[in-house]
Amino acid sequence: MRRVVVTGLGTINPLGNCVDISWDNLINSKSGISKITKFEVDNYPCKIAGSIEDSQINDEIVNLREQRKIDRFITLGLIAANEAIVDSGFIPDDKNSLRSGVMVGSGIGGLDTIYKNSSVLDNQGIRKISPFFIPSSLINLLSGHISIKYNLKGPNSSPVTACATGTHAIGDSFTLIKNNKADLMVCGGAEAAICPLGISGFSAARALCDTFNEEPIRGSRPWDRDRSGFVMGEGAGILVLEELNQAKKRNAKIYGEVKGYGMSGDAFHITKPSEDGNGGYRAMEMALSESQLNPDEIEYINAHGTSTQVGDMIELLAVEKLFGSDNLFMSSNKSAIGHLLGAAGAVEAVFSFKSMQTKTLPPTLNLDNPDTNTNINLIPNESISKSTKNVISNSFGFGGTNASLIFGL
Amino acid sequence: MSDIEERVKKIVVEHLGVEEGKIQSDSKFIDDLGADSLDTVELVMAFEEEFGCEIPDDAAEKIVTLKDAVTYLSANSN
Repeated sequence: MRRVVVTGLGTINPLGNCVDISWDNLINSKSGISKITKFEVDNYPCKIAGSIEDSQINDEIVNLREQRKIDRFITLGLIAANEAIVDSGFIPDDKNSLRSGVMVGSGIGGLDTIYKNSSVLDNQGIRKISPFFIPSSLINLLSGHISIKYNLKGPNSSPVTACATGTHAIGDSFTLIKNNKADLMVCGGAEAAICPLGISGFSAARALCDTFNEEPIRGSRPWDRDRSGFVMGEGAGILVLEELNQAKKRNAKIYGEVKGYGMSGDAFHITKPSEDGNGGYRAMEMALSESQLNPDEIEYINAHGTSTQVGDMIELLAVEKLFGSDNLFMSSNKSAIGHLLGAAGAVEAVFSFKSMQTKTLPPTLNLDNPDTNTNINLIPNESISKSTKNVISNSFGFGGTNASLIFGL
Repeated sequence: MSDIEERVKKIVVEHLGVEEGKIQSDSKFIDDLGADSLDTVELVMAFEEEFGCEIPDDAAEKIVTLKDAVTYLSANSN
């Protein structure tokens, strides 16, 4: 059976523009959440987000002329992809490039570009629409750009499953390599929806935190009794997945293995998760079954944990049911970086591998008064030194889509 | 260098990211200056904006060099 390992990691997120800086900030309990300053938010119920300063975007990787022709989600994805591919040490040539593909998705894609061009069309007419409008906003164009830049000619696709996108991209890539359709996949997610239409849309759906506008770093607080919705973040996470023997043959650094992937549908509601947590439960169960691990071999859960009223408790319920609650650790990276929507699962996968590599479990910030009496250690406010061999990462999305990945050393 | 040529050159530098010194009056946008077909559409839009005129598609297709643009705009801009 073909085994799949991770040989490269890359990210840009509200805590930093590369893996090491953002990981260091994460385990030192730093928050990437701040007041939105890019546009006027006076009339918005939610005024905070996990934004990335423009100065953090390295224009030697994506120059300004290029950035003008692509939506921000593509720029962020290209930055993270560059880090992951360089980190992997993989050099595509005429032969191996045919077996190396790209699967990077986004939840929403070029929302701000669509918004701006829509205004241009209404106010200035059809002749002012940029020829780059469509290619700069289409979700799969990020996979396209990565393939062109690094000459990757294998499978090329982009999942779109809202907040589960990044996790599905990694899981689908894992399946492609396992089934011998590729030897290497550059995969993950990117998102840049902190824009007027993005914030107002999620606000209208009553999904965003609106009670900590004056104290942004306290806004994202999974499982805490004062949580009031998620805080949006932006960024990208990219992993290089590779067939084990190829990775060994070229002496690549191996972070760990993708051991199992599960997915399910709630068939319940467009935005709410199924009340008994059955969808998430079945996704985790399927991943566990593929990994051939017992539930008690899972030591840490990198939770979806968005800081919404309903979702946090339902995930906890599903986890307790499947794994029990003793000797289990679980935390939410979203407490520090916000919810990166389609990039969330990918950035959290990067952090899951860093957890195992550095023997450190990142904290759940702002968990001051847990809204639960669970025995699961939710790692409140400060990271914990702990060696782990097998971890699980969850993502659940609007539409009732669920995905779980099991990573191991 | 005419005022029109100066302004056209500035737009080309800005949009195609090429150094001003490398642009000759007979440089072709696509073959010599690295533009692709979408870039040339955007260039024409920028010329329209700068010179306050509308360049019909059949005329736009014939603008392939800096000189073509200067000639057309000298005759047609307001």
